Amino acid sequence: MSPTSQTILSELAPPPAAPAPSADGYVTADGRKIGGVLMDLRHITLRFGGVTAIKDISFDIREGEIRAIIGPNGAGKSSMMNVMSGFYVPQEGEVWFRGAKRPPMRPYQVARQGLARTFQNIALFDGMSVLDNIMTGRLTMMKSSLLEQALWWGRAEAEETRHREQVEKIIDFLEIQNIRKTPVGRLPYGLKKRVELARALAAEPKLLMLDEPMAGMNVEEKEDMSRFILDVNDEFGTTIALIEHDMGVVMDLSDRVVVMDYGRKIGDGTPDEVRNNQEVIDAYLGVAHD
Amino acid sequence: MLYREAGDFKTSYRDDSQTFPLKLDRMGYWVTLAVAFGVIPFVITDYWANAVLVPFLIYAIAALGLNILVGFGGQVSLGTGGFMAVGAYATYKLTTTFPEISLLIHILLAGGITAAVGVFFGLPSLRIKGFYLAVATLAAQFFLVWLFNKVPWFYNYSASGQITAPERTFLGYVISGPATSAPAKYLVCLAFAVALAWVARNLTRGTAGRKWMAIRDMDIAAEIIGVNPLTAKMSAFAVSSFFIGVAGALLFSIYLGAAEASETFGINKSFLVLFMVIIGGLGSIFGSFAGAAFLVVLPVFLKNVLVGAFGWPTDLAAHVELMIVGALIVFFLIVEPHGLAQLWRLTKEKLRLWPFPH
Repeated sequence: MSPTSQTILSELAPPPAAPAPSADGYVTADGRKIGGVLMDLRHITLRFGGVTAIKDISFDIREGEIRAIIGPNGAGKSSMMNVMSGFYVPQEGEVWFRGAKRPPMRPYQVARQGLARTFQNIALFDGMSVLDNIMTGRLTMMKSSLLEQALWWGRAEAEETRHREQVEKIIDFLEIQNIRKTPVGRLPYGLKKRVELARALAAEPKLLMLDEPMAGMNVEEKEDMSRFILDVNDEFGTTIALIEHDMGVVMDLSDRVVVMDYGRKIGDGTPDEVRNNQEVIDAYLGVAHD
Repeated sequence: MLYREAGDFKTSYRDDSQTFPLKLDRMGYWVTLAVAFGVIPFVITDYWANAVLVPFLIYAIAALGLNILVGFGGQVSLGTGGFMAVGAYATYKLTTTFPEISLLIHILLAGGITAAVGVFFGLPSLRIKGFYLAVATLAAQFFLVWLFNKVPWFYNYSASGQITAPERTFLGYVISGPATSAPAKYLVCLAFAVALAWVARNLTRGTAGRKWMAIRDMDIAAEIIGVNPLTAKMSAFAVSSFFIGVAGALLFSIYLGAAEASETFGINKSFLVLFMVIIGGLGSIFGSFAGAAFLVVLPVFLKNVLVGAFGWPTDLAAHVELMIVGALIVFFLIVEPHGLAQLWRLTKEKLRLWPFPH
């Protein structure tokens, strides 16, 4: 059977029955149990002056899920992630997290609720070592006072050792043991992306947001990163929201996909549903205007 | 060959995060401390104390303080002279109002008062950065010096407008006033310098230091991972001002014995300490000491060489000295923009291999 006929056959076959997300979740094709709604975005509209970056978008992210946000350049994906992480405050709409509406708050307060993210353009602390960078991921859990730290007494030292143990687990997990004392500024791009993931993981987030984790990587680095993302989801049960341009990666990794174009949501569902959505195909391939 | 970590195994995270991971470094540190506390006090002369060691230690404390703010916190400040003045005048007021309490406690309290003033003048850092912040802190410099000159309450209505350190003792030894001996001056300053350097190291290797450095390297990312920029910046200003206040208090009460705000704590002081930090190395505790040593010891050394060895007239020597110091600053910054601390680091990295090429 030629590859072409295979493709045709697979297109003829009906897409697998869409899991109907109910209040208490659903089971994915590969048998993972997805829980209830972790983050619910309701009618989000975000404007910058006269430009409307996001128009009335609603979707939810469920516990244990890998949720992808895709769309052509300028679709508003990163703006959406900035809304989720509290960096932008939308003009309209509500963000619900773990069953409660999020009041207006600063990004550092949002982080303390259990959200962590990586950035499209790496945002590591260049002057610090890999270890220190990952340790900053745990800053929200540090309880010792300035005086205790100054005298390196009481909680300060115990805390440092305890959190170091956790950070070492993540370093092992992401296979970056050999660079732990290297200043981040000296690392190549692919490793920086990995360190950034480590820093986000160190915060033990309820929801991990990855903004283009594979941008600018070669095939092997992408495979590594995909493996880490799946492992994180599998081993720690972390819910992941993901923006990515590599369609192969998105379709393989994610459980459900939101498609955005020009700030609107044009598709939402399993990878197969989205792939067969006419509006999505039009947005990606273009459509003839007559 | 000798200076390396091979064979020096760490078996706990506590060992791994110690200040001097190399055995030779640890030994060097303890030997330096032993000499500083056990040998120098017995051989120190008035000249060595007043010209070299005491000012070196005091400026090292000030440089440590400014380094915490500029090097670790990433906030530029030109208010160092003003904050030193706060430390000095606070000590003077405290020790003349409560003479029965130990001067050393007053010096620490003066540091606390300076910390509060520093936080107040650090508030603009929440809105502005870089050069603009530097200009805002310049306001602190001019305002504080003006305040101490204009309000007679600060100098106890003395006719000269100066503050003069009264005689104070500690454990029976005179530590302040004209009768202070060289070893007493030296030991008080050394104790403060060592204790504060230890505190600075503890703060910068732990949670507080990571918050400061995160804000310095990328403030937006720092906020998104959960660093509150308000507390991080204000704690940097507080700790930095505490150090600088203690340095000002020591400069006045132990070293000079008398001070006048605009002369002793003028804008020159702010620049001097900033130069120490830049030449020594931003974000390095060793660098603070190296920078202070460079700018305190070098002029004395040059003066001795030019006047003593070459027999030049003093005024000529003073001018040539300024030119040489200036040229050396430029030279060092061209060779190593990251300061003496970085030079030292590179030397150590080379030493690990020496005498083998690989």
